[in-house]
Amino acid sequence: MKRVNAVVVGAGAAGGIVAKELAVAGLSVVLMERGKWYTANDCRKDDLRNQRTTVLGNAFGPEDEGNPRVWVDAKGESHIALPSEGNYSNNAACVGGGTLSYGAQAWRYMPQDFRMRSTYGVPAGSSLEDWPISYEDLEPYYEKAEYEIGISGDYSGTPFHGPRRRELPMPPLPPNREYEILEPAARRLGLHPFHIPMARNSVPYNGRGPCMRCRWCVGFACEVDAKNGSQNTVIPIALNTGNCELRTECMVSEILTDDRGRARGVSYFDSNGRLQEQLCDLVVISGCATETARLLLNSKSRLFPNGLGNRYDRVGRHLQGHFYTGAVGYFDFETYDDVGPGASIAIMDYNHGTPGLCGGGMLANEFIRLPIHSVDRLPANTPRWGAWHKQAMRNWHRRTIVIMGPTQQIPMAEARVTVDPTVKDKWGLPVVRISGNVHPHTFEIGEVQARRAETWLKEAGAVSTSLMADRPQLVQAGQHQAGTCRMGNDPKSSVVNKNCQIHDVDNLFVIDSSVHVTNGGFNPVLTIMAVAFLASDALVRNWKGTGFRS
Amino acid sequence: MAAGAMGGAAVALGCGARNRGDREFLTEDQARTLVAICDQIIPADDYPSASQAGVLTYIDRQLVRHYRRHQVAYREGLEQAHAISMKRFGGELAVLSSQQQFEVVNDLSQQNQTFFELVRSHTFQGFYGSPRHGGNRDGVSWRMLGLPEPPLLGRAQYDLRKGPRP
Repeated sequence: MKRVNAVVVGAGAAGGIVAKELAVAGLSVVLMERGKWYTANDCRKDDLRNQRTTVLGNAFGPEDEGNPRVWVDAKGESHIALPSEGNYSNNAACVGGGTLSYGAQAWRYMPQDFRMRSTYGVPAGSSLEDWPISYEDLEPYYEKAEYEIGISGDYSGTPFHGPRRRELPMPPLPPNREYEILEPAARRLGLHPFHIPMARNSVPYNGRGPCMRCRWCVGFACEVDAKNGSQNTVIPIALNTGNCELRTECMVSEILTDDRGRARGVSYFDSNGRLQEQLCDLVVISGCATETARLLLNSKSRLFPNGLGNRYDRVGRHLQGHFYTGAVGYFDFETYDDVGPGASIAIMDYNHGTPGLCGGGMLANEFIRLPIHSVDRLPANTPRWGAWHKQAMRNWHRRTIVIMGPTQQIPMAEARVTVDPTVKDKWGLPVVRISGNVHPHTFEIGEVQARRAETWLKEAGAVSTSLMADRPQLVQAGQHQAGTCRMGNDPKSSVVNKNCQIHDVDNLFVIDSSVHVTNGGFNPVLTIMAVAFLASDALVRNWKGTGFRS
Repeated sequence: MAAGAMGGAAVALGCGARNRGDREFLTEDQARTLVAICDQIIPADDYPSASQAGVLTYIDRQLVRHYRRHQVAYREGLEQAHAISMKRFGGELAVLSSQQQFEVVNDLSQQNQTFFELVRSHTFQGFYGSPRHGGNRDGVSWRMLGLPEPPLLGRAQYDLRKGPRP
């Protein structure tokens, strides 16, 4: 197979951007993706099989057959997890990755989110740390992501966001009924509500039309292609340069290194299950926090007996996602208007600045709910089955509002991805093994957030509420998984430098959520994209044609 | 792997002589018992019960598809429901009065919580989920909840040139 300049592993939020930036700069690129390329035509509005409600499996991968993981409970016992089960911490396996089917909230982190250690100190036992880059370093790349991917919204209602040079390229969608109910209530509480930034067209943009406001949004591909992910923005641009080849259903099994310890290519199973090699000048891994760590750990050799980038046992540690908590409010009037995407209003008053708490998170109303989502979200005194349960569904499905938010997790080195010593996937590769939990202070913050959500709902007129704040027994990384290849200046305590370059292999990069030192109190995708633009920019600047300027 | 072994068991069962009608997994007896349980979970009122809306079809289909791993639980759980029914009321579950059926299902939910929770979730999935899987016939549960038909409200208001209706 013809040698190329770069192999990018994983065509998700970050991989798509890296492939586009490198291809536009003239490098020859092979973009590897283990899943398929779905389009708007593959949008099945299936309430039971999508990327959020997975009782009949994931619509956009991986399949339950042949892709197990192992998770370890608090007693140290191992269990198999299928991709459709929560402890698997799945994101997706397809071109676009999570961005094909996500809810598409496209937040910037706040300046404080990049210096958590300096702001709060280190909670005992935690691995809380500052990023080696600042909000100011990332700001131009946030803007680039907002314009190239296409973000709608309006930050003007909140004073808490970091400085920005340009407004978002698209206005928010017109408010839905929940927005109209919650907005004045938030103002009465002295809060600062505003329109959620979304990677979703509110007006025609990038050659595609606006959102048609249907009920099937988060977890689904968009029927009218109004939701903006890497699969309908940067990846088509990469392919149009003629410099990038996308290979789907190709599972990279190992990063190959030469006898001087530099990456020389990858080995992978192609769509027919044949083992192939693709040689190249540099490798970028963009497989998401769990799979990126697994690939590095599975790439063992004489020079790297513990896996690549893992000389100091740092790969796979600090696994984090978000601790989602909130409240359900029940109203004596209709709150449901059947207008998607549903999530519309947020506050960031509680991300930072509460005495005694190391951070917090934004709070927003939840995406539009399908009936199946209501069966276990009825008022606390509802019988779990029978005639009264059915009656309660009729009473409450159109009279509830859910407010919740991603509490920023306090990372722990013990919350980690390793590779399982015995369990293998359908290709015979050792699978991801997830163990440990985030710092318990996270749960205290999340519980405060849930009560704040409840207060907001009550102010809006909820006649009763129930809290959602169960403490998980295992780190819940999920779609927001991050942290496993920490970015830092010290090679002994981090995996990559601030350009996302592996410390001891100069032509190997990790560019995805793995490098996040902390994960903000927001959905992480826009930060993943901004970091991908920043790291690609540095890569192209330092690239000399065969190697790197030192 | 384990999944392969279970698939083999399903094939072996499929060769049995028991009457299965147009079902793919459940026997006639099992189906009658399961109907009674599902209809306690979602009884008929102004709107259909679980089985009237096709929940049995949903569960039966998935037991040879995505829920193959639950075949044993169903076989044993339905046997247990039958046993409770015979012991308490001397008759099979399907022919008991609704109150008696409620008591049997209530007992079952305490004696075999794992199985009951499975049936409960699968019943809700079949009743409130997408009709494409054989349940929620004609979208009846969505109509019950006042969700507009056709389900894609958006399409009616969608105009590519103008954007969404304000």
